[in-house]
Amino acid sequence: MLSDTDWSAIRLTFELASITTLLLLVIGTPIAWWLARTRSAWKGAIGAVVALPIVLPPTVIGFYLLVAMGPNGPVGQLTQSLGLGVLPFTFAGLVVASVFYSLPFVVQPIQNAFEAIGERPLEVAATLRASPFDTFYSVVLPLARPGYLTATVLGFAHTVGEFGVVLMIGGNIPDKTRVVSVQIYDHVEAMEYAQAHWLAAGMVAFSFLILLALYTLNPTGRRT
Amino acid sequence: MNAIQARFKLDYAGFSLDVDLQLPGRGVTALFGHSGSGKTTLLRAIAGLEKVPGGFLEVNGTVWQDATTFLPVHKRPLGYVFQEASLFPHLSIRRNLEYGMRRVSAGSRQVSLDQAVALLGIDPLLDRMPDKLSGGEKQRVAIARALATSPRILLMDEPLAALDLKRKNEILPFLERLHDELDIPVLYVSHAPDEVARLADHLVVMEQGRALASGPLGETLARLDLPIRLGEDAGVVLEGTIAELDAEWHLARVDFAGGSLWVRDSGVPLGQHVRVRILARDISIARVAQSDSSILNVLPTTIEQLTDDTHPALALVRLNAGGVPLVARITRRSAARLALCPGLNVWAQIKAVALVG
Repeated sequence: MLSDTDWSAIRLTFELASITTLLLLVIGTPIAWWLARTRSAWKGAIGAVVALPIVLPPTVIGFYLLVAMGPNGPVGQLTQSLGLGVLPFTFAGLVVASVFYSLPFVVQPIQNAFEAIGERPLEVAATLRASPFDTFYSVVLPLARPGYLTATVLGFAHTVGEFGVVLMIGGNIPDKTRVVSVQIYDHVEAMEYAQAHWLAAGMVAFSFLILLALYTLNPTGRRT
Repeated sequence: MNAIQARFKLDYAGFSLDVDLQLPGRGVTALFGHSGSGKTTLLRAIAGLEKVPGGFLEVNGTVWQDATTFLPVHKRPLGYVFQEASLFPHLSIRRNLEYGMRRVSAGSRQVSLDQAVALLGIDPLLDRMPDKLSGGEKQRVAIARALATSPRILLMDEPLAALDLKRKNEILPFLERLHDELDIPVLYVSHAPDEVARLADHLVVMEQGRALASGPLGETLARLDLPIRLGEDAGVVLEGTIAELDAEWHLARVDFAGGSLWVRDSGVPLGQHVRVRILARDISIARVAQSDSSILNVLPTTIEQLTDDTHPALALVRLNAGGVPLVARITRRSAARLALCPGLNVWAQIKAVALVG
């Protein structure tokens, strides 16, 4: 059925998706908050940048990240000067790339949830002596819970499903950057269709179940 | 005592606010005006929800805003009731009530949760969620929630406007209790003359972002120089006590400073302090006492002032009934035919008197 390298790819995929999702929830929250509340003229531009990964081919994102994080790129120069080496073809590089790639799938549901809350509950909380941070934890987060559930599921699932970016940034290094989607590609290249089937069908089942759970538990959080 | 001083100036396209007000530190002050008159903006500016640069606000001796200070909303000891109850949907009624109270230091809690709950009669609702409540119940919870923070001032922005008449009548008695039992000054925004008549002690009339008048309710309502566009609602409110009940005719006598009036007996007990409202259109004027009229309430008065009303056929007459001002609306032809002029002693025939609380 599944070989050791298959299991290794599955483990790596879940690690990558978990870390990426966690990071995205932390990074995405302030971005979503700003996008939901700002009246700045930059709102449109920043919103568009966040949404870019939805429409760009993953190879384009992968290419630019590769250039930026490479030995001569600005990010590469920075990581080298910090003694971290260069990020491409490492697990860390894969995490950075995935964060960019899945950003809109986390930011947009949270932003929608924040926008749906509106101004009034924040004003009410302020008149009831809650400071802005207090209000965020006691009112905004609980009310935005459906948005966070959607963001978590979509961010996770979308990271699990990435292929092009992984290939560009991570290459195909066993135990380090070879995730399930790449492993399937390898099986198909090697004409190991049975192996490919196990993994591919597993992905279909996993994706279906996760979306089913989302739509049943969270009927209001469907929009992304 | 003028405990609240508010000076705000705002200029938006199509809207401006320019007020300099001194308001009493006790009782209910109504900010009255039509929509767009700036009354809600003024209330929001007082709460700090609207930032008005260059404004000045002092409440009970504490500066909340001046050139160098702007106390953030959550640091102002106020209660705010919005037009829609705006309860937190994720919290039970009890948790909603506790939300503000728990954020107030124990030392400055003057209103207990039980007290707020009892005052608004919401004990049976405590363990429910907000979406299971009627509009009137939600608004009562919102008022109790604001009270539970022991505010030094209670700001209410048309708390009854979103409710139908039945719900409104369900809440008004609670607001009156608030007025009678708590010593918290209230700023009450309203465009409904009946609410103002029932609740207010002090009246501020707003029009186009300006305060046209500010003063005790009875006096302010009786001012003829104000273009208070109340239309059919123009009239005065008198304070009195139930002095006699006439069981045979189901009438009650209300004694006030300038005399007494008979009203329908609505079950209010003897000795009870009440307010009666007399609309200008319900007062007619006679130069000699009429003995063969159906009108029950006739008061001897002196004409103080005559002005033209908005319609060219009508005039407003300010009458003095033993020191208490009344306003009558009559036709200009009648005024001319009776040769009415200031100083003349006339009889005010009052066709209808409404007990408002």
